[in-house]
Amino acid sequence: MTPLTAYLLLAAMIFALGLGIALTRRVAILVLIGIELMLNAANLNLIAFWRFGPHPEALTGMMFAIFSIAVAAAEAAVGLGLVIAYHRHAKTTDLDAMTRMKG
Amino acid sequence: MIFGVGLPFFLAAMITLIGALAAATMRNLVHCALSLTVAFGGLALIYLQLDAQFAGFAQILVYIGAVAILVVFAILLTRGVGTTLIHVYAQKWVLGLLLAAGVFALLGWAVLTSIPRVAAPAIAVPTVLAIGQSLMYDYVLPLEITAVLLTVALIGAVIVAMPEFKKNGGAE
Amino acid sequence: MIVPSGIVEQADQIFVTLQHLVAGYFPVWLQPIVMAALAVVAIVLTFPLCFALSVWLERKALGRIQNRLGPNRVGPFGLLQPIADAIKSLTKEDIVPLSADALVHFLAPVILVVVTFLGYAVLPVGRNMVLLNMDCGIFFFFAIGASTELSIFMAGWSSRNKYSLLGAMRAVAQMISYEVPLLLSAVVAVMMTGSLSTVKIVEAQSGFTGIFPHWYVFTPWGFLGFILFVIAALAETNRSPFDLPEGESELVAGYFTEYSGFKFALFFLGEYLGMLSIAGFAITLFLGGWGAPLSVLGFVPSWAWFFVKLAAGILFFIWLRGTMPRLRQDQLMNFAWKFVLPMSLLNLVVAGAWRFMPDTWLRWVVSAGILGCAYVLLGRILMRRQGLGPRSYRYAE
Repeated sequence: MTPLTAYLLLAAMIFALGLGIALTRRVAILVLIGIELMLNAANLNLIAFWRFGPHPEALTGMMFAIFSIAVAAAEAAVGLGLVIAYHRHAKTTDLDAMTRMKG
Repeated sequence: MIFGVGLPFFLAAMITLIGALAAATMRNLVHCALSLTVAFGGLALIYLQLDAQFAGFAQILVYIGAVAILVVFAILLTRGVGTTLIHVYAQKWVLGLLLAAGVFALLGWAVLTSIPRVAAPAIAVPTVLAIGQSLMYDYVLPLEITAVLLTVALIGAVIVAMPEFKKNGGAE
Repeated sequence: MIVPSGIVEQADQIFVTLQHLVAGYFPVWLQPIVMAALAVVAIVLTFPLCFALSVWLERKALGRIQNRLGPNRVGPFGLLQPIADAIKSLTKEDIVPLSADALVHFLAPVILVVVTFLGYAVLPVGRNMVLLNMDCGIFFFFAIGASTELSIFMAGWSSRNKYSLLGAMRAVAQMISYEVPLLLSAVVAVMMTGSLSTVKIVEAQSGFTGIFPHWYVFTPWGFLGFILFVIAALAETNRSPFDLPEGESELVAGYFTEYSGFKFALFFLGEYLGMLSIAGFAITLFLGGWGAPLSVLGFVPSWAWFFVKLAAGILFFIWLRGTMPRLRQDQLMNFAWKFVLPMSLLNLVVAGAWRFMPDTWLRWVVSAGILGCAYVLLGRILMRRQGLGPRSYRYAE
């Protein structure tokens, strides 16, 4: 049986990769991708703790993960909508060029 | 057993990590989105392996079926077919990379030093009935709030992305 | 192992008995694997055969509708035409466009076929004949079905052809729009059964009143749910009248314009397998699955009923293809978001009300009345002004 540590380490790796994408990439969409990866790492943590916790029959961690998946979908839709709206004004999705708040 | 973990977990973890790594390094935006999908699929496999069937299928339905499609749509709407990047990384990318590495080191240290090696208690896979009942009894308020949030996000995303109309009615 | 008694039960369970018989030759620890492998082999052999037959049926029936003969050269009634087509497509040159993204171009049809095959894992084709009696079977099917969109996008994008890309974007937009009503119209059957398991949904419909079965389609909410499910299924499989993604007169062949030879055959296979599986799920959810349509016909094996119903469903799809004109893009979207989606939401409310009303004639009148009024309001009055107005370019920029 795989120990809990393996799941947590995997989640930490995914989180760090997501953070790396979000901090080093220039394109707004890729930054959103990084944020999605970080959310996924958090979900993996929740489910792993639910499975290895003392009361898995209470379903708490899994419920949290399911809600988080639903919220992540909303977050992606709004984030990408914002990117498209910004692109319409400024004709770019380059974050280094996004220096003005007014369109 | 490979490195002290089960083979299914090892394969799924490899799929996830390779997908995420490819998403972090590829130059073509659509390739990034597709390898992200691979990472999502690998995570769904890990959820299945953790006896969380419902969460695993929800992951496939929401992330591969909706979020990945949204991402590729957004890429094509903002860049057209020429999706290969010239400037890949931000100006201060070294700083970002160091920060990410630092966070990973911190998390890894915390995990390795604090978690005792507990074995998972043997449980039956939670039935959909149990999940539905706990959604409708214990978690009914979060469920309703999520429903409101999703509606708000739907309307908000449409309004944000909708072209602005001039007074005479024509599109901008 | 239970040996079924009586000729009717034996005929009904013949494949299950066969599976146990073959698995009996293997050591005990290997038996579950062998049984699963046998079931997988059966699925992988049966449904491509159905694909070949339905292609032949489609060409014959379309020929009949269009007042011509259809294939009649190879074999009796042209029955061997699918084999000839298969040989032809396997021996043709496989062309990959020079500027195409070769890896994605190759992966797209493979992913489509693999993912579509996965959907059959939870489809009950007869009594005790399902590969995986999963607790969330319907959910699995929809999750798997959602990931076919990505393969279509991959095909369209990797071809570097504007017709492919346009077709893929159309296909994905259409599939996302119709996925919502597809799921919501299936939910009524789940609500009534109280389970997401396909096997339990079929069993819940297996009773009879007099000689008539308890299929969900024979209730007001089930009837509407079935119709909405079939509409959404047609759109989801890009069948006519929703075949905009591959409209020949506008887009050459849509997202598989740049495919040839074996990969084209894979796309063709994937499309028909998708159609067969979604028709199979419509049967499972609303038409009683493998149940007999009349109680006196119970002597016919259950798997035979399933395939008879499947053939009827495919014939219905072919009939629609032969007789309906193609929709326009704005009509397609208006229809999805302004008619199909509100109706399926209302259907959920009606199904809930039906569940908690006493079992008298009153609930038939009430639910049929609500749904009828909604249909008249939404379908007849609100859609009238939308009708064949000038084309709207509002979202097309």
